[in-house]
Amino acid sequence: MTALAKPPGTGAPGTAGPSRFARLKLTRAERRGLRTGLLFISPWLVGFLAFNLYPALASLYYSFTNFKILQEPRWTGLDNYAKLINDPIFWKSLTNTLYLTVVGVPLAVVVALGIALLLNRKGIRGIGIFRTIFYLPVVIPGVAAAILWIFLLSPVNGLVNQSLRVVGIAGPGWFYDPAWAKNGIILMTIWAAGDVVIIYLGALQGVSRALYEAAEVDGAGAWVKLRHVTIPMISPAILFNLITGAIAAFQSFTQAFVISAGVGRGNDGSIGGVQNSLLFYGLNLYNNGFRYFQMGYASALAWILLIMILVATLVLLRASRNRVYYESAQ
Amino acid sequence: MVALIVLAVVYLTPFVWMISTSLKTLQQSLVSPPVLVPNPIVFKAFTDALTKMNYPLAFRNTLIYAVPAVIGTVVSCSLVAYGFALVRWRGRNTMFLIVLATMMLPSQVTLIPLYVIYAKLGWINTYLPLLVPTFLGSPFFIFLLRQFFMGMPKELMDAARLDGASELRILATIVAPLSAPALITVGILTFIDKWNDFYGPLIYLQKPELQPLSLAVQVFQTQHGTDWPLLMAASVLVAAPLVVLYFFAQRKFIEGITLTGLKG
Repeated sequence: MTALAKPPGTGAPGTAGPSRFARLKLTRAERRGLRTGLLFISPWLVGFLAFNLYPALASLYYSFTNFKILQEPRWTGLDNYAKLINDPIFWKSLTNTLYLTVVGVPLAVVVALGIALLLNRKGIRGIGIFRTIFYLPVVIPGVAAAILWIFLLSPVNGLVNQSLRVVGIAGPGWFYDPAWAKNGIILMTIWAAGDVVIIYLGALQGVSRALYEAAEVDGAGAWVKLRHVTIPMISPAILFNLITGAIAAFQSFTQAFVISAGVGRGNDGSIGGVQNSLLFYGLNLYNNGFRYFQMGYASALAWILLIMILVATLVLLRASRNRVYYESAQ
Repeated sequence: MVALIVLAVVYLTPFVWMISTSLKTLQQSLVSPPVLVPNPIVFKAFTDALTKMNYPLAFRNTLIYAVPAVIGTVVSCSLVAYGFALVRWRGRNTMFLIVLATMMLPSQVTLIPLYVIYAKLGWINTYLPLLVPTFLGSPFFIFLLRQFFMGMPKELMDAARLDGASELRILATIVAPLSAPALITVGILTFIDKWNDFYGPLIYLQKPELQPLSLAVQVFQTQHGTDWPLLMAASVLVAAPLVVLYFFAQRKFIEGITLTGLKG
């Protein structure tokens, strides 16, 4: 129990005083508080130990073994990691995923910002209806959305290419064309970015009118106000959307799974689209874990994924330092 | 305003096209240039989809998954959030940081060991791997409810404590009723999340008779390739209940999403 006792600052706010610092023994009331607190959080505690901590450590262990679910894992050291570095499929899945992250996420974040700015202007009537429309794609199940988009983007009869034909553009093969398949996914991501729009709207509504008025007094036009008032003021929301978007892109699975299952599978039943153009990191992991039952290798892939997500988050946080304005910090 | 209307039409078009196609025959759906309002309107795709993908069974399976998950999430997250927000104990904030840290853990990292455990327990092809974890709290909702609970007036609770009420009783009779909006938001977000969940059922539910709508419609798609009216009807049937729920509970949705952004 004493192991849980922490120096002040980590304890409940306002309860920690200097006199407490040296005191490791808990009073009766404190003991009761600790017992009650732990009792209330016990569901999470059990879940954390059984469904987070143990499996995370176990998969780290598996990643150093040859493990095919039916046999006991056999220690092979860094073999899985060496295999991974030399596996062209791993690199393919990584570049596919990075494309989605580097091209798709910023695009979705910018388009959503544009929509939010349009919605946030004064005197827009029926804002509720517009909000409903832009959020609707988020509500419908990912599988249904993917099936819908296979249809919309089908090369000959699809609505998108038929519309393009009307204006004299020959549309691409989308999911059937390795060069265009990922752009199809990006299009879907932009369409389903309604939650990002809502988050921006919340942030935009928090920007003080006085700032705009001050800018107007200084003769600022619409662009200057956007560039020097709006964007700095909502920069925490932009950063948040970039980070959550990047994390989601790294783990993207359902759309590509459904599309590649519909557009054509590999001979071994693996999934990844035409010429593996839709083989994202999560799909490669799924193929290895649940098609080839290479549980050790799949665990190594999972740990590399975790490290990449942590690195990407840190890079975004660091790059945004000095560029993101936090009201409370000023 | 014009730009907004054009964008809204663009965003709506896929839905309109989905519904329009679901009311056509296969021949009608292949006509070029495309026709928006089918003539005649046929419901055959819907009746076919209902029977061929065994919709009632898949619908029931989805509810078997989503309803207990909502109960489990709301109950466990309110208990845990109460422990973090309104009970004072040493180490509480450190422990809460761990809750926040687990949000960063991608599910793929725990997937394989969990699969191994569930296989050993004989839980594959049951709903247990999907349902049991929902009774053990979800970090994001714990966070959300904790924020909500911390903003509540303490006087009522202190008065109840003086009257000798237990903490559990305070949660049940004072805190929970006062946080009904937040609890409903958590419930609705969980419901959509489970309704749409594809990965969990894909991994754990291989038997066709156990598959919820999300998985059933995907299997259906691989069987009916390019029969678009049929596939669109099936997609409409899978999406419709959520869309209806969304129209009734829009405010809750938007509040939930706005709260998501607040943590940024």
